[in-house]
Amino acid sequence: MTATPVRKVAANTTVRHFLARVAFALIMTIVGLLFALPLVWLVLAPFDATPSLSLSWPDWTLDNFARLAENPYALRSIGNSLLLGVGTMVIVVVLGALAAYAMSRIRIPGRDGILYALLLLSSIVTGTAAMVPTFQIITQLGLINSYVGVLLVLAGGILPTVIFILKDFMDSIPKSYEESARLYGAGPFRILRDVVAPIARPGLAFISIWTIVQVWGNFLVPFILLRSPDMQPAAVLMYTFYTESGQADLRLISTFALLFSAPVLIIYFVVNRRYGFRFHGGIKS
Amino acid sequence: MTTSTTTPAGSAIAPRRRRADDVAGLGTVRAGIFVAPALILIGIFLLFPAVWTIWLGMTDYRLTGLQAASPEFVGLDNYVEALTDPSFWNSLWLTLIFVLFSGIIGQTLIGFGLAWSVRNIDGWTKGLIEGLVLAAWVIPASVASFLWLVLLDRRSGTINGLLGTEGTAWLIDHPMQSIIIFNIWVGTAFSMQLFSSALNAVPPSQIESAKMVGATGWQQLRDVIVPNIKGHILTNTLLITLWTFNTFTPYLVTAGGPNGKTEILSVYIYETAIPGGQLGLGAAISLIMLLINLVIALAYVRVSKGRKKR
Repeated sequence: MTATPVRKVAANTTVRHFLARVAFALIMTIVGLLFALPLVWLVLAPFDATPSLSLSWPDWTLDNFARLAENPYALRSIGNSLLLGVGTMVIVVVLGALAAYAMSRIRIPGRDGILYALLLLSSIVTGTAAMVPTFQIITQLGLINSYVGVLLVLAGGILPTVIFILKDFMDSIPKSYEESARLYGAGPFRILRDVVAPIARPGLAFISIWTIVQVWGNFLVPFILLRSPDMQPAAVLMYTFYTESGQADLRLISTFALLFSAPVLIIYFVVNRRYGFRFHGGIKS
Repeated sequence: MTTSTTTPAGSAIAPRRRRADDVAGLGTVRAGIFVAPALILIGIFLLFPAVWTIWLGMTDYRLTGLQAASPEFVGLDNYVEALTDPSFWNSLWLTLIFVLFSGIIGQTLIGFGLAWSVRNIDGWTKGLIEGLVLAAWVIPASVASFLWLVLLDRRSGTINGLLGTEGTAWLIDHPMQSIIIFNIWVGTAFSMQLFSSALNAVPPSQIESAKMVGATGWQQLRDVIVPNIKGHILTNTLLITLWTFNTFTPYLVTAGGPNGKTEILSVYIYETAIPGGQLGLGAAISLIMLLINLVIALAYVRVSKGRKKR
């Protein structure tokens, strides 16, 4: 007599539990599809002989890539992006490693305070908040439309994070190596180059890749500081392609979009899988 | 040889410790030389612009014309002009809506939902979902923007095809909603990853005991999970707020239009200062933006300090 209602309640909760799970799974599936939808076009359209804005099974071809090579701006802009990425990387890795090493090994007064202040500064003075003074300063320095201006602005924004991360790496290097190197008469610069840098290689590699990814996608800084079309990096050219060409050439744009995205996607997924590191936030956007 | 590791830390033996610290024989002077180039670069291109904004905002500096050659000091005129201009308040209001719905609500909730739903599954489903969300976050902003223009296209966009709403111009009829969803798409990966690691750190024993006393999924979430990851939620909210507030990417989708309906503060500053040429006025608004950033960042510092102490 008393068992039935109990069983009914139990069955009720199981049913409700089951329905809740189904609803949850359904919602998450829709969210997942929503995330996939824009990406499907990026992957399919470049291989379609006649791509359109709607999704369709492609008429497979590789001609679009051959055509892209003929566009005078496309490949050059990829080269420009590479130049900016590697240039910024060299500046921040060299200056960052020197600064991080010194900060790791010597008790400079107020060191930790400086470090946190720098990090705070870089998160407050973002590209958007500082675009007006940066633009004005670069104009005054006569560096508008030069890579030097873009490189210096990008490096200045990225350096605090770089120093912060590299100092962590340097702190974890045992000092006994340096002691022995010093006993054999190596100077500080030599020690940094031949002893510390090889050990800190994972840290330096991480910073290098991270910097290139940051600069590769950066739109705002080159957008406001560069003028000539043939100097534009891919991030800006992509925008120019779809805003300024009257009738958008989808074969060109889709192929270019994939070519431009592929390096960061590959870097991210290969590196992420192999080393399992997370990209630190900071200056993304 | 191993003095540096065996020397106990303490103020009584400070001189010896200092020598042990300086194993590379750097010396304070050379250390200063090592640090200087980085600090100078940061000083000129990060610190100086921030300070320069204060002065620039009190001039009538323009990109072209007479005021470009010899700008005049105008005191607080720019601030008066900005604060009495309805378009500034409109922009600030749009920014608030954008940050609230796309950052604080959208990215946080969906990021948490994704982290929660993939936490117990293994294999390719988890990899696929995480991979898709991450891909949206790593592809360059100008590509992401174009993909959304394609998706939302009036005549042949996929969304109109799927929903059966042919001819709907989403970016003209619902511009704000569009960039909010766009920005959720771009940014959710961060919250997802942060909550993934936060959920991993919740002691399983606590969840087990909650299950034993018969707590439902919702009760577990409210009474066990949320109290455990409160710090992460706060950190996530503040960082997302800061980044969403500072993003310029919606400009690549709607260019602030139609009729300024998506002119969030970053776009407003750009339009005023660079195409509009009013650098002085733009700098004044930039300073307001920098101050808001400062407040959010200081809140973040307080929160993370409090967490470390506990």
